[in-house]
Amino acid sequence: MQPKSKNTLILKQMASKIKTFTRNTSVSFLFFALLFLASPVYRASEPAEGSHAPTADTTKKKKVNMAEIAIEHVLDSHSWHLWGDEHPVSLPLPVILKTASGFVSFSSGEFHHDIHGKVVVEKGGQRFVNFEEDIFYASETPNEHGQYLVMETDAKGKMHPSNEKPLDFSITKNVAQLFFSALVLILLFTSIAKAYKKTGVTSAPKGKQSFFEPLIVFVRDEIAKSNIGGGKHEKYVPYLLTVFFLILLNNVLGLIPISANLTGNIAFTFVLATITFIVTSFSANKNYWGHIFLPPAPKALYPILIPLEVLGIFTKPFALMIRLFANMTAGHIIVISLVGLIFTFETLLVSPIAVGFALFIDVLECLVALLQAYIFTLLTALFIGSAMVEHHHEESHDGEHATAKH
Amino acid sequence: MQLFILGSLITPGIGLIFWTGVVFLLLFGILTKFAWKPILNAIKTREKNISDALASAEGALNDMRELRANNEKILAQARSERDALLKEARETKDSIIAEAKSKAQAEADRIMSSAREQIINEKNAAVADLKVQVASLSIEIAEKILKSELANDDKQKTLVNSLMKDVNLN
Repeated sequence: MQPKSKNTLILKQMASKIKTFTRNTSVSFLFFALLFLASPVYRASEPAEGSHAPTADTTKKKKVNMAEIAIEHVLDSHSWHLWGDEHPVSLPLPVILKTASGFVSFSSGEFHHDIHGKVVVEKGGQRFVNFEEDIFYASETPNEHGQYLVMETDAKGKMHPSNEKPLDFSITKNVAQLFFSALVLILLFTSIAKAYKKTGVTSAPKGKQSFFEPLIVFVRDEIAKSNIGGGKHEKYVPYLLTVFFLILLNNVLGLIPISANLTGNIAFTFVLATITFIVTSFSANKNYWGHIFLPPAPKALYPILIPLEVLGIFTKPFALMIRLFANMTAGHIIVISLVGLIFTFETLLVSPIAVGFALFIDVLECLVALLQAYIFTLLTALFIGSAMVEHHHEESHDGEHATAKH
Repeated sequence: MQLFILGSLITPGIGLIFWTGVVFLLLFGILTKFAWKPILNAIKTREKNISDALASAEGALNDMRELRANNEKILAQARSERDALLKEARETKDSIIAEAKSKAQAEADRIMSSAREQIINEKNAAVADLKVQVASLSIEIAEKILKSELANDDKQKTLVNSLMKDVNLN
């Protein structure tokens, strides 16, 4: 326990140093930016010590913490944390639970920022605790760490609660940002639509209109039209536009330090990919299904080919889901890890490098935000287009001609 | 621990799936009805207007070209006509001038000759008249002189002498 408490001491010293820095008005902008980025790390690092103190391997503790913090940072939460640690300021969000005896809802503020299962909220004769942003039914009595949970060690030697969980339909940070972004998109694009109605089509676009019109035309022409052939692209343009702008807005919002990482959440990308899968399947023509269930190959190969082709239907949207999720999450983890270097090395001297690289990655993320929105929309259009291709053979024949010419 | 947390990272939560589905479908419906359709229709109409305008501009340009070619043809024709007219006029003018000149010359010659004739006639008449007058004057003078000269002898003699001298000189 000796080195552990020493580490804790150093961390506490670090924390107090940082606090004095924040109180100083003469703090440079760079430091301010650093602290702003670092504050969630600091917030998360302290309680982690409490919850893992009994079992954590003291020599590996710091490393484990950093990875945990980074991943915690990109996950969802039940309240919108703004700043602060000992006196955290956060927006409470509604918790909505589907329990065995119906729906229960209360404010996440009732957990009093606890995410270690120590604060019990009693509603409708049922008791709940928040453990690492998962809501569990609370145990009758606390365990030895004051948690109203029964902790179990799994096969990998990790502890997790064995309590039952209600279905969680809470308005979490991600859901709140989703609502917010949907509202922004509706207000923005209906006002643009009004501008078209007001000025008519005879005048040139102005303001917002002139900024978004090229994007809309780009999605229509370069994404929809060029991938969905035969003049059938028009009915898919609204879907592609909605997907594009929803992802783009949330990718960009995700870059703001206190915001939610919605597009880097697999549930979000899962739903979008599923909708793309459904749209693709319902737009598919005879050729598409024919190619899957009656592939142009000897019948003897069917037992191998058909399962492969059927698998192919699912791998495409699956890749779509993973691509967006992984890209956005990876960007966030890289930034938090770079800032975390300061805490890993326990010196502020590393901050110029950490902040420099974090800034570089942030700028790169701005590009990635646009790129991933584009790629998701492009691939969606491509999948829909490929499910609607007529005369498959003729086209490949043409392709051969084209390559022969080259 | 990392794997455990990674697990929560790649496990989609039922709540977010539900809300994303609901919000996305609502968003899609609302945006399609109130934003995408009006915007796309407006853009399409504008594009159609523009392409129509371009086509009509092209047509107008062609018409203009034709018109200009026509104009040039007409202009060239007019120019050649004008040249022809000018040439004709010049020829007419030259011929008129030449004719007038010759006529004038002839007239002038005629007038000159008649004038000359008249002058000669007048001169002759004048000379004849003069001769008559001179003769009468001479007679008068001679008469007067004779009268005065013959007033006394001396004078008669001198006169005779001078007359004689004159006669000699003649």
